[in-house]
Amino acid sequence: MGINWKQYSPDVFYDELINQSGNPRLPAKKLASYLQSLDHDEVQRRQHLADAAIQDMGISFTVYTEEGNIDRSWPFDIIPRTISAKQWRTTEKGLIQRLEALNLFIDDLYHDQKIIKDGVIPRHILEQSTNFRKECIGISPPENVWAHICGTDLVRDSDGEFYVLEDNLRVPSGVSYMLENRSIMKRVLPELFENDRILPVNDYCDNLFDTLCSLVPDKESPEIVVLTPGIYNSAYFEHAFLAQQMGAELVEGSDLTVAKNGYVYMKTISGLSKVDVIYRRIDDMFLDPNVFHKDSVLGVPGLMKAWQSGKVALANAPGAGVADDKVVYAYVPQIIKYYLDQDPILPNVETFLCHDDKQREYVLKNIDKLVVKPANESGGYGMLVGPHSTKKDQATFVELIKKNPRNYIAQPTLSLSTAPTLVGNDQPEPRHLDLRPFVLQGKKSYVTTGGLTRVAMKKGSLVVNSSQGGGSKDTWIVDTEVKS
Amino acid sequence: MMLSRVAERIYWSARYLQRVESSARIVNTYTSLLMDLSKEVDISWFNLVMLNNAEEEYVSRYKVRDERNVVKFTLADDTNPSSMLMSLAQVRENFRTTRDVVPEDAWEMINELSSFAQESIKNGALNRAKREEFLSQVINQCQMIQGYIASAMPHDAVWDIWVIGRSLERADMTTRLLEAGAGILLGDDIANQVQAPPIIWGNVLRSSSAHHAFRRAVSPRVTGNEVPKFLLFNDQFPRSVTYCLIEIKAAVKKLPKQRKVLESFKGLDQLIMVTPLFNHVDDQLDAQFLAYINKLQLQLAKLHQSFSETWFSLAGR
Repeated sequence: MGINWKQYSPDVFYDELINQSGNPRLPAKKLASYLQSLDHDEVQRRQHLADAAIQDMGISFTVYTEEGNIDRSWPFDIIPRTISAKQWRTTEKGLIQRLEALNLFIDDLYHDQKIIKDGVIPRHILEQSTNFRKECIGISPPENVWAHICGTDLVRDSDGEFYVLEDNLRVPSGVSYMLENRSIMKRVLPELFENDRILPVNDYCDNLFDTLCSLVPDKESPEIVVLTPGIYNSAYFEHAFLAQQMGAELVEGSDLTVAKNGYVYMKTISGLSKVDVIYRRIDDMFLDPNVFHKDSVLGVPGLMKAWQSGKVALANAPGAGVADDKVVYAYVPQIIKYYLDQDPILPNVETFLCHDDKQREYVLKNIDKLVVKPANESGGYGMLVGPHSTKKDQATFVELIKKNPRNYIAQPTLSLSTAPTLVGNDQPEPRHLDLRPFVLQGKKSYVTTGGLTRVAMKKGSLVVNSSQGGGSKDTWIVDTEVKS
Repeated sequence: MMLSRVAERIYWSARYLQRVESSARIVNTYTSLLMDLSKEVDISWFNLVMLNNAEEEYVSRYKVRDERNVVKFTLADDTNPSSMLMSLAQVRENFRTTRDVVPEDAWEMINELSSFAQESIKNGALNRAKREEFLSQVINQCQMIQGYIASAMPHDAVWDIWVIGRSLERADMTTRLLEAGAGILLGDDIANQVQAPPIIWGNVLRSSSAHHAFRRAVSPRVTGNEVPKFLLFNDQFPRSVTYCLIEIKAAVKKLPKQRKVLESFKGLDQLIMVTPLFNHVDDQLDAQFLAYINKLQLQLAKLHQSFSETWFSLAGR
């Protein structure tokens, strides 16, 4: 006996595959019936095949706390998550709109700060932003784009709509897992790809390459490198993967040097060789020990100056993280309206700003119901999930918020959507998930077809971060309008 | 275009992968040699340790110098930096940090080989009953990876560096195998054993997969000094020292800043071309032979030194 969907109950949540009455949604129809046709052993066999493929591919995510174990494989669930192509087209537009507005916003902050002068955003938000870099004031990167690569976290609430949870504009990771997940799926369940029209995802690296090339408009084939902090970084796998896919050099800080003429060179077996574009995957603060952390060995001395004088392009530009702040996030609808004069296509999750007296009062009163996040952390660290927390945790956060209200925001605990996931039992169980599409902006804009679906493998858990025990699934954008 | 750091890691990947194969080969040879030689001959397993200049490492870990310990030390000991498993880990680590230039599937293949070796050893693959089969599989997989890389890696600078690392390690291993053979023959027990030399040299040939080539090129009978001569000077057999050096030289000539490196071949050329040994068939494989092998090894180390100074030294500065 195989999977029986009649036994599957998504409860009160929106389930991506199965509706409330236990029937598969349209984009998941063929998938569900095919899975049902496989017997138990066959399903198990496919899952083992996927696990073995992951081992062999070495897909791994470093977890800092697991000492000595620097590449723990990342759990992968073979039941994909489906989204209709029609819904995705709207989502895509919303993501592009959002990144365009954010780039205009960043550029404005480092120039005239019109949005503050016009009173749309309070000045103190900028003054207390930890990611605003005064070294970037007055700089105009190519096309006036600062954040070329953005990972936007989307969640689906119980109403079935996508909401933006977070914009990651610094060094977002995960795209390689999206690509690898698809290639695992093709190995493990090839027959599914014959039945359904599943849109391909593999043009990301070409588009990333084009985006990076567009940063040096006057050069036919610029020299592009991917700058990694090295093997101990959690996303090293991805850095290597992207470099390999783009045919770019994967460099560490010590491979680069800024010469007397102010240009950046890499150290090769034939001597020094000029670099035009650096896709940097290290944080601002480690880029250049002359300007930021003095003891950083990851960066390149003199790199900021080379960038400021236009002698090398950096993606993302330093300082782009100023918009990657959960307080700024709350203002994105106004930012879109202000720069583009459009209504946001994708809604934000309702957000309470703790620096506002009224909103803070509400947050402190309802802390057991809310999710509290620090404004500038990523990776799910340092947050409080009210309904899943102890009184003691709540008291700690009340103190933290009172001490530094600017640094905290709160959101209602969302009823994150679920999808059927194999968790060791015969029958799949609903697990919560989110979606991280990747958005590119250079001369042109691009959105990945779908994105990376992250799953909280623990029952009831809402934390999907790989650093906190999450797993992932392949994400299918299914075109249901084509008659086959 | 090749980063100095990448060049260095590719070079070591190639060396370590070859070393994995060589360790497997040499233990296989020893195991089969013991079965061939008469019971009275006491070949010391400890020779294997001396061959790799690892006496100190060994003594600090083991008291008894028996087969079990030596095999474990040579293949599986993860505190011995030159054990087979550690060499595998090194290949993996170096591949991991050069994944942008190593063909994609090579990474998967080395992962497979690593988990296969670890699992098998855990399940007793080092016991005599299973050892030969296990090591043959390791050798096969190493060759598969070599073959895959040769056919999937663009033959650019990365490949040239790969060839240099691989061939240098091969040449080095061939000298060690010869040293092993000669060392056993010089032992006291062996002196009166008439049948021992062909058995020993036959095994040395087999450990280099050279028995077939030797028969065709030299003679169907394995005699006296012919084997060392073949493995040192034959210019067509891929594992002979001379052939390896020809390959290294050809690769060096395709790389930048080659002039200095080519100069450091002088000592080797002198040893190989100008003063060949064994002008007479009955020249003894004696202490003088061992001294010659030693000189070769020193020159190979010098070669490594010059690669490092020429191409890798920018890295990390």
